[in-house]
Amino acid sequence: MKKSYHVDENGYYGTFGGAYIPEMLFPNTEELRTQYLDIMNSEDFQEEFQALLKDYVGRPTPLYFSKRLSELYRTKIYLKREDLCHTGAHKVNNTIGQILMAKRLGKTRIIAETGAGQHGVATATVCALMGMECVVYMGAVDIKRQAPNVARMKMLGATVRAAESGSKTLKDATNEAIRDWINNPLNTHYIIGSVVGPHPYPDMVARFQSVISQEIKSQLLEKEGREYPDHVVACVGGGSNAAGAYYHFLDQEQVNIIAVEAAGKGIDTGESAATSALGKEGIIHGSKTLLMQTPDGQITEPYSISAGLDYPGVGPMHAHLFQSKRAEFISVTDQDAMAAGLLLSEMEGIIPAIETAHAFAIFENRPFKEDEIVVVNLSGRGDKDLNTYIDYFKL
Amino acid sequence: MSQATTVPNRIKTRMADPKKVLSIYFTAGYPKLEDTTKVLQQLQDSGVDLVEIGLPFSDPLADGPTIQDSSTAALKNGMTTTLLFEQLKEIRKSIHIPLIIMGYFNPMLQYGVETFLAQCAAIGIDGIIMPDLPLAEYELHYKALFEKYGIKNIFLITPQTSEARIQAIDAASDGFIYLVSTASVTGSKSGFGTEQEAYFKRIAAMNLKNPLVVGFGIHDAHTFKQATTHTSGAIIGSAFIKTLTQEGLAGIDPFIKSLRPH
Repeated sequence: MKKSYHVDENGYYGTFGGAYIPEMLFPNTEELRTQYLDIMNSEDFQEEFQALLKDYVGRPTPLYFSKRLSELYRTKIYLKREDLCHTGAHKVNNTIGQILMAKRLGKTRIIAETGAGQHGVATATVCALMGMECVVYMGAVDIKRQAPNVARMKMLGATVRAAESGSKTLKDATNEAIRDWINNPLNTHYIIGSVVGPHPYPDMVARFQSVISQEIKSQLLEKEGREYPDHVVACVGGGSNAAGAYYHFLDQEQVNIIAVEAAGKGIDTGESAATSALGKEGIIHGSKTLLMQTPDGQITEPYSISAGLDYPGVGPMHAHLFQSKRAEFISVTDQDAMAAGLLLSEMEGIIPAIETAHAFAIFENRPFKEDEIVVVNLSGRGDKDLNTYIDYFKL
Repeated sequence: MSQATTVPNRIKTRMADPKKVLSIYFTAGYPKLEDTTKVLQQLQDSGVDLVEIGLPFSDPLADGPTIQDSSTAALKNGMTTTLLFEQLKEIRKSIHIPLIIMGYFNPMLQYGVETFLAQCAAIGIDGIIMPDLPLAEYELHYKALFEKYGIKNIFLITPQTSEARIQAIDAASDGFIYLVSTASVTGSKSGFGTEQEAYFKRIAAMNLKNPLVVGFGIHDAHTFKQATTHTSGAIIGSAFIKTLTQEGLAGIDPFIKSLRPH
């Protein structure tokens, strides 16, 4: 059998993945598992999905040759401009796909979790578009930190519910969303925002995001005369933008995959979100993967200056890419990420999301050859992070 | 044959008795760290038939706020898997009713599934309930280990579980089946209506080989009676934890006596 880094028929990437869910959720995930591929591959679904990606999201997003960064770092750097998507990040690719899926499954109510609010906004957006009821769970701490995104969700007609349990951040918001789904098994679809959760979510979300690498292939062909880069770089929290950027290159081993995690204040400081370095195999949110936990198996709270990267686990695809050494994992501190964000702003006129800025920080210490093509997924824009930039740089 | 399997499993013995089973869930190390064995003793003295000892977890997905808060408090008190086994080491000197450990799979996985089961067998734990250890994974990787140590794995079914899956769960079970009363997390207080009664009757009529014990939403004598009319017993968790929180250990006896007034 051909070696593959995609999901297998049991919902596993190597030893990671599966569906470790309470029986209450079995019918929901089973319904999805048995139908998602048929629905996604159907002609009418693809027609509606592609039309919305083009006319509503604004795809294809440009693949931009970054002349000044390329000169600075003596290599060929291309930026995949997901920051130009409607709502400001790649997240909307997935929410468009999932709401069309929910409609075909006959669901009338949408729930979602959000950390910084980007996935919540992307979900509220598509619910407004489709006229569907939308409830977004957000940690009480995050609600205070991300007031503009809370306001956006409310303007879009969503109900924002505070997760008051545990650490009151993303993992607790996810717990609350799962509890809501247990309580509302029949009419509700849960739009998970990353390549995490029980099978088939990691694969389904990766497929919806795979449009990113699909476009990179044809855009590179046009600009460089070949369909693949030498390196593809993306930041990884849960890992949805990375999964999308890697997807069509996963089994093409001449493409080097680089995953950039948030080291926070440093891997050994106790304030970090570098799951590959600090995590151990375990179960989080229905999936077997690498996650940060105590020796006793209690899930710990990660830290990063970027709200989108402070998830205690990674998607099972990424856990497998790490363990099998298919991908190169690099972790970047708050400090280096912030500097890279400023550099990209000054040199290319693009203010990136702080999550994305992590991916750009690797060039300082990780050399590339002059003729190599490096594609960096510019997953989101920095508008949402302006307050953090202002505080950090005393702007 | 391992040594453990030569001792008759207390769940099987108790289930053979036609008297309805009153089962209580409580969180280990709550309200105070050293309360685990005191609560157990009081529950047995008050006439409880079976106890589920909750191993606290940081992210209890299937639980409502009451059990979740007690888990958070227990972890804060310092409860760990190792400590729980330490607290229970001598428990069979005083407690003779069936004991089940209920928790989430990750702490068990980190402890080591086989080591965990071996500890349970050594102490005299009769069964385990791990809501997020699914049937498929259990059968593929862990069933042989559970059987080796004579530990019963208790599965949940819900109003949405298909008949075929119920049959599969019945075939894989050997103790009782945990009948989740409603589509909800633990601690909902809506009471039972005709829908639940029809569901209890429907499952009872399947004549499964395993007895049925109802959980979720049982909080007083009335709901206990409703839940057990067509089944073998019922489990009370959140309502008991609330009593513990409000009245401490002194509240246990009156609460338990109130559930079976005769």
